Amino acid sequence: MKRVYLFVPLILFIALVVLFAKGLKLDPNDMPSALIDQSVPEFSLPSLASPDRLLTRADVIGEVSLVNVWGTWCPSCMHEHPYLMELSDQVPIIGINYKDVRDDALDWLDKLGNPYVLNVFDEMGTLGIDLGVFGAPETYVIDRKGYVRYKHVGVVSERVWLERLKPLVDELRGEK
Amino acid sequence: MKCVYLRVLSLFVLLFSVVSYAAIDTYEFNDEQTRERFHQLNGELRCPKCQNQSLGDSNSPISTDLRAQVYRLLNEGKSDQQIKDYLVERYGEYILYRPELAGHTLMLWLAPLAFLVLGLAVVLVLVIRRRNTVQSGGLDTTEQQDLEKLLADSGQGSAEATSEVESNKRD
Repeated sequence: MKRVYLFVPLILFIALVVLFAKGLKLDPNDMPSALIDQSVPEFSLPSLASPDRLLTRADVIGEVSLVNVWGTWCPSCMHEHPYLMELSDQVPIIGINYKDVRDDALDWLDKLGNPYVLNVFDEMGTLGIDLGVFGAPETYVIDRKGYVRYKHVGVVSERVWLERLKPLVDELRGEK
Repeated sequence: MKCVYLRVLSLFVLLFSVVSYAAIDTYEFNDEQTRERFHQLNGELRCPKCQNQSLGDSNSPISTDLRAQVYRLLNEGKSDQQIKDYLVERYGEYILYRPELAGHTLMLWLAPLAFLVLGLAVVLVLVIRRRNTVQSGGLDTTEQQDLEKLLADSGQGSAEATSEVESNKRD
């Protein structure tokens, strides 16, 4: 038997270590959204502020904007909220109040401030399912024509905004 | 003795433990077949939030919602494939524990087979090689000569050693 063959297990071992090291760095929550470059789905749901007013897809499209899925039951949304207040000057933010209690949500906006241009009240989470939402907060970037261009799962922080969302929003604003 | 009983007991506990659905919903079905399809689908679909659990295993809110969707679609008379397509459209192929056989999933499906073939090939090569060495009768002529020489030397050596011991005794 040649000596070289003795190194085969070592080489295999090193290959496995490299593979596992790479696997460790992958984010299991980094799930590609099925909706990227798809149109925002049709819906017809009440507005959070006025239950009688029905909102549809037409109400949320038209401008490059962020669509933010939130709920008062979600601790990370609380954490995210102050930064959304800052962001609301720079980009329109559309809220989807996801599986929430209307009064709680209105209280929250009263007390903490309202960064949203409008809020869709998705009590049963039906729009959420059509959007592929699996938790909150989630934030989508949509273009003028109403296509989903990016999805961010988790809190939008200054870093996320500057590194990922803002460059895309600027680029989309440049599009006709 | 007590220790043996304990071992037998723990063996039984291990052998007869079953995976149970963590989440309990009450869904009523028109027939047994639909119920089975429901459970089958819940087992094959993946919870998008927890990812290492199936829809049926998980009690995260999103899984509860998606089970409700599966139930609704089943009652609307949709086929298993249509239900899977519905969820894949929204959550991506990620949601399938049993991905479709397609170009980009080919490796996933064929890799185990490839490894099996590779393993068999290695075993086969080793077996054939070993058989060849056994059949060739071990040593060739030069090696045989070396061996005889070694044996002869060591025979002499030990004889010398014995005579030395004997001469010591005499002194």
